[in-house]
Amino acid sequence: MKPFITHTGLVAPLDRVNVDTDQMVPKQFLKALTRQGFGRILFYDWRYLPGEKPNPQFVLNFPRYKGASVLLARANFGCGSSREHAPWAIGDYGFRVILAPSYADIFYNNCFKNGILPAELTEQQIEELFKRAEKEEGYSLSIDLPNQTVSDNHGLTYKFEIAPSRKEVLLQGLDDIGTTLKHEPEITAYEKTHAATATMFDAVDVKNYSPAH
Amino acid sequence: MSPKTLYQKIWDSHLVREEAGQPSIIYIDRHLIHEGTSPQAFAGLRAERRKVRRPDLTFAVMDHSVSTTDRTLPILDQDAKLQFDALEKNCREFGVRLFDMHSKNQGIVHIIGPELGITQPGQTIVCGDSHTSTHGAFGTLAFGIGTSEVEHVLATQCLVQSRSKTMNIIVNGKRPHGVTAKDIILAIIGKIGIGGGTAHVAEYSGQAIRELSMDGRMTVCNMTIEGGARAGMIAPDETTFAYLEGRPFVPRGKAFEEAVDRWKQLKTDDGAKFDTTIELQAEKIAPQVTWGTNPGMVTGVTDRVPDPGSFTDLNDQKATERALVYMGLKAGTPIVDIPVDRVFIGSCTNSRIDDLRAAAHFVEGKHIARSIKQALIVPGSRGIKAQAEKEGLDKIFREAGFEWRDAGCSMCIGMNADVLPPHERSASTSNRNFEGRQGKDSRTHLVSPVMAAAAAIAGHFVDVRKFAVESVE
Repeated sequence: MKPFITHTGLVAPLDRVNVDTDQMVPKQFLKALTRQGFGRILFYDWRYLPGEKPNPQFVLNFPRYKGASVLLARANFGCGSSREHAPWAIGDYGFRVILAPSYADIFYNNCFKNGILPAELTEQQIEELFKRAEKEEGYSLSIDLPNQTVSDNHGLTYKFEIAPSRKEVLLQGLDDIGTTLKHEPEITAYEKTHAATATMFDAVDVKNYSPAH
Repeated sequence: MSPKTLYQKIWDSHLVREEAGQPSIIYIDRHLIHEGTSPQAFAGLRAERRKVRRPDLTFAVMDHSVSTTDRTLPILDQDAKLQFDALEKNCREFGVRLFDMHSKNQGIVHIIGPELGITQPGQTIVCGDSHTSTHGAFGTLAFGIGTSEVEHVLATQCLVQSRSKTMNIIVNGKRPHGVTAKDIILAIIGKIGIGGGTAHVAEYSGQAIRELSMDGRMTVCNMTIEGGARAGMIAPDETTFAYLEGRPFVPRGKAFEEAVDRWKQLKTDDGAKFDTTIELQAEKIAPQVTWGTNPGMVTGVTDRVPDPGSFTDLNDQKATERALVYMGLKAGTPIVDIPVDRVFIGSCTNSRIDDLRAAAHFVEGKHIARSIKQALIVPGSRGIKAQAEKEGLDKIFREAGFEWRDAGCSMCIGMNADVLPPHERSASTSNRNFEGRQGKDSRTHLVSPVMAAAAAIAGHFVDVRKFAVESVE
């Protein structure tokens, strides 16, 4: 995973509370077999009119927000379905940072697996950023993860909180599985003392494959 | 030793590694996978030449995109077919058990886990699906994960997690007739809001919860995620043990008795502290109907569609205005005056045998209104379908004008052909009324099975409490 250290980019304000992951990636796009190419369909039903014509009313289609890489959002961003297709789409579209007052748990977690920083600011701070982003065309923000700050060109600087372990994952672009597997002996030790067997007592109609390894 | 919550007990017993200031590594007892969120996880394993650590603890099923009509016909949706083929291939290559669409035990992943006894008290269960919270009804710690974590569990049988906060949701008193588990959970979400449980694991207790069947308890835990809490739990009791005994994956004889003795320890100790406590009185809960575009936009059936101006928060006002436009509703409209085009009884929330019995009981001898374009009954599993047919419920539904379908996620998510057309309005027993959830521009009203059945008969929402006790119990 690509490490995240600092990022400066154009801000796009999405002024809606409780944006759910069904809106980010509607169900018809959940039949993919890969993680790639979801940027095109991000916010599909909001972004496109019939025939995939861009909807001029939708904020991401405003010419002034073209190329935005910082998504400014409202409370409980990413609620609903666990689909990781949502952060895949956000990342593939070009967003590297989300700024919101709060996030839904599963979505928040999924962002870190994809090198996206979901930074949490207060409601008041978010409100101020909405004002600035809507007022000034080309409004951009710089996000500094080591120092945990968000700042603009006019002297505004906000500090944000993030769990140290989460921060480390992004800074180093860590592979979670590789990290866990370093503790493989502990997993084996746990399995020796805690049986989690799934024994079948009645025949059920299951295709029972044996591991190929 | 200090008193512990049920959540803490299960957490503690699954700790593989704990280090100060770091998230912990916890062991996963059951990993459920389906065609929708697993292909990329298997691709990741292959790319890194990793194997599935515990195929014996991993169960796969086809549910999200399966047809609910004749499955012997060729699959026309090529993308769906590719996902089914990929799941089959992945299961074969990695040695994972698969309930494919032709299995007589096939069904929605959160239905068949409990039905087959794969789900048992005290376990940790994960699945790449947010409604994994359903399994918490058995006193398990069960929650949804993203595809990267699916890959992580496949490779390590563990997850890296931080301890959640705990929320105690107490529903006191006795549930009135016509008020179901669905109404209880919708009322809870209405009270706490859809982000109210964020960062928490919820535990439900109180008389109204204790008196629910396992099917009802699963409905409550299923929609916990709609209130923002990733997992919901109910301590196991005699109802739980009676449900589990004799199911295919549940221990037998003396082993069962020993298991029950262990399971009895799975309860929150007296004096254990929760971070948050919410209390509701069951007698005050009316049958619920959602009017907006998230499950927290909900009210009692005797109420009216709210006025955006009645909300104090500006963001709520804007969200309500937008929701009413999307839903094609006017503020002040009585809920019972809202007409319905289609009815869907199904989904991992409400497609179990109790749900079908309640709906069938209500519609017996009646017929759906002429204005209803379609009324679907989609059992949660083929096992439930077979049971319902044994009881003659399919006949009752068919005679009343309903379509009797095969098992799957169906119109809850509309990934197969069961889609709610644009601007049409459903009475749906599913869990999400988000914009476009059941189909682009479709309008979803979430209700209980008996409320959905009543809406099918009347053509609009009705207060089922007006009917005799016998017809709505």
